[in-house]
Amino acid sequence: MPDPILSIRDLAVEFRTDDGIVHAVDGITYDVLPGETLGIVGESGSGKSVSTMALLGLIPQPPGRIVSGTAMFKGKDLLKLKKRELRQFRGEEVAMVFQDPMTSLNPVLKIGFQLGEAIKTHHPKESDEKVKERVIELLRLVGVPNPDQRYSQYPHEFSGGMRQRAMIAMSIANSPSLLIADEPTTALDVTIQAQVLEVLKTVQAETHAATILITHDLGIVAELCERVLVMYGGRIVESGDVHTIFSAPRHPYTIGLMDSLPKLTEDEEWLRPIPGAPPSLINRPTGCAFHPRCFLSQGRLKCREETPVLRKAEGTGHEAACHFSDELIGHQSKFSQPVTA
Amino acid sequence: MTEPTQVERLAGTVAPYEQNIDTGVVLAPAGLLDSTVEAGLELKIRSQWSYARQRFLRHRLAMIGLIGLIIIFGVGAFANFVAPYAFDQIDLTNVRHAPTLKAHHFFGTDEIGRDYLSRVIYGIRTSEQVGLFVALVSTLFGLVLGAVAGYYGGWIDNLLMRLTDLVLTLPALAILLTAAALIEASHSGFAHTINRFGDQWTITFILTGFFWTGIARIVRGVFLSLREKEYVEAAKASGAGDLRIIFRHVLPNTLGPVVVNATLAVAAAIITEAFLSFLGFGIKPPTASLGSLTAEGQQFPQAWWLTVMPGLVLVTIVLCVNFVGDGLRDALDPQQRRIRA
Repeated sequence: MPDPILSIRDLAVEFRTDDGIVHAVDGITYDVLPGETLGIVGESGSGKSVSTMALLGLIPQPPGRIVSGTAMFKGKDLLKLKKRELRQFRGEEVAMVFQDPMTSLNPVLKIGFQLGEAIKTHHPKESDEKVKERVIELLRLVGVPNPDQRYSQYPHEFSGGMRQRAMIAMSIANSPSLLIADEPTTALDVTIQAQVLEVLKTVQAETHAATILITHDLGIVAELCERVLVMYGGRIVESGDVHTIFSAPRHPYTIGLMDSLPKLTEDEEWLRPIPGAPPSLINRPTGCAFHPRCFLSQGRLKCREETPVLRKAEGTGHEAACHFSDELIGHQSKFSQPVTA
Repeated sequence: MTEPTQVERLAGTVAPYEQNIDTGVVLAPAGLLDSTVEAGLELKIRSQWSYARQRFLRHRLAMIGLIGLIIIFGVGAFANFVAPYAFDQIDLTNVRHAPTLKAHHFFGTDEIGRDYLSRVIYGIRTSEQVGLFVALVSTLFGLVLGAVAGYYGGWIDNLLMRLTDLVLTLPALAILLTAAALIEASHSGFAHTINRFGDQWTITFILTGFFWTGIARIVRGVFLSLREKEYVEAAKASGAGDLRIIFRHVLPNTLGPVVVNATLAVAAAIITEAFLSFLGFGIKPPTASLGSLTAEGQQFPQAWWLTVMPGLVLVTIVLCVNFVGDGLRDALDPQQRRIRA
């Protein structure tokens, strides 16, 4: 296995609020390998965004606080860098694509200027013509038609999909080695989503950047990712390569997530949601955070008292944090069968 | 044979659309673009500013105000070319002459026979200097202070805003009167230096010291809401520093209210100066300002033109400035779609 480009150990982030301390991320550990696409899935509030925002120092402090952990990237711990050093990493080595392209572009600045600025911030000596050339090339790469004209337009003259393309172009402007895409398609409608996913694929093929894709859409994960982390209540509950996770999930939460998706080939009257609601991160359930909603736990004492750790499951690199994951061996996932049209 | 219609002409020149296989983007063939340009059908790209300009140009009152201001301020700026007499040229044979068309005494003469039109024109120049300088300097100062307070927040914000509150709570009139008297009487130090430039600068500095608070509060308020915007976060994530974010990304978004406020500050400064001069604490004879002229005139109730003429000019200037300010507010507010006449 190649050396990981980013390795996060025991990262914990909390927010101090008036209601108490919110344990947004609670001791997560994972690696990102060069060139791979890692998906992080989970419900809202499972800590998937916060865990990556912390890497770039984008957590407002206070109220946020990084309690513990290291994030080694190119021999340096991102969490211990000074503000100035961190700024050199942002955009140059680690870049981010945000969720809402409607608000992530500055409405008063031209698209070309904003993209050029991403380059100029890190290469101030680059000549204006060269920057412009590069920007137009980037716009073309992400599939913005007529990039020469689009260069001097404002964000309000771009459609949602085009804006997200521009955001992606901006993020890869300096050929970063790690790209973090935080729900890049959530704010877009389905047909545009498909196009943006294609663009992400193209971009990845072009730049060979490792990508962390944060999403709650399992379809996107299946489409783009090689490995998946499933997060629940600020912890990683299952990790493994995408085929294993989809065909043989070993955590009841992952199974619940998949069961809640409708399958095109089956005639289903109702969706099957996971019962209950996501846990409060201030007063998290003791033991396994998922036990109140778990079909497997059924009130067993161990689930309530003992916090499960990630243990190896069958399949390479497959791990699940469930006391009774062995009982799931042989469980037929909804997606273990190939879809026959 | 009949001329082909526009549609037929276009259709004839169109090459098939190309679809980029990687990105799924449909690119219009070059021929189509050329022919749309030829037929005058291409979309004109218009910036926010061009919309604002158009809205402003259609605002009737604002245009009247602008033209009035250009004329009045132009006359003031070129006073030495426009005025028929020097502002201190005495003619004791022609004392307190009523307005007449003879000998260019359109506004009459004062108690020692100086041409009153010339004095009013020089008065406009003084008031104009005071108004523009106060508005410009206090806006710049307030802008920087408000931006820093709003962007950084926390104790910096607290410190700067309490300072602003302090200046706001000072009884302006009492301070203005005391300061004017003190500066005038001083024979050394900073106050003395200002005083040597002439008393319109004394009053200008005092007014600037009071006028920045409004802008500072407005800018701070806008910064407080804009710094949470995603494009600020995106700029941070691509490695931009605080200064760049403040001045490049956030400040342009505050320009609308700032420009409006600066315009209105011109009128407010002119009025305050006139008011202080009227009370005898601003500009002293022989220098003329609209306020001091009005004050001089009130000693001679029979010579009505001595108060009415400078008073009318003052009212006209302030009205024009306020019309322009209104027009700018309507033009620069992007929420505003309806054009008021």
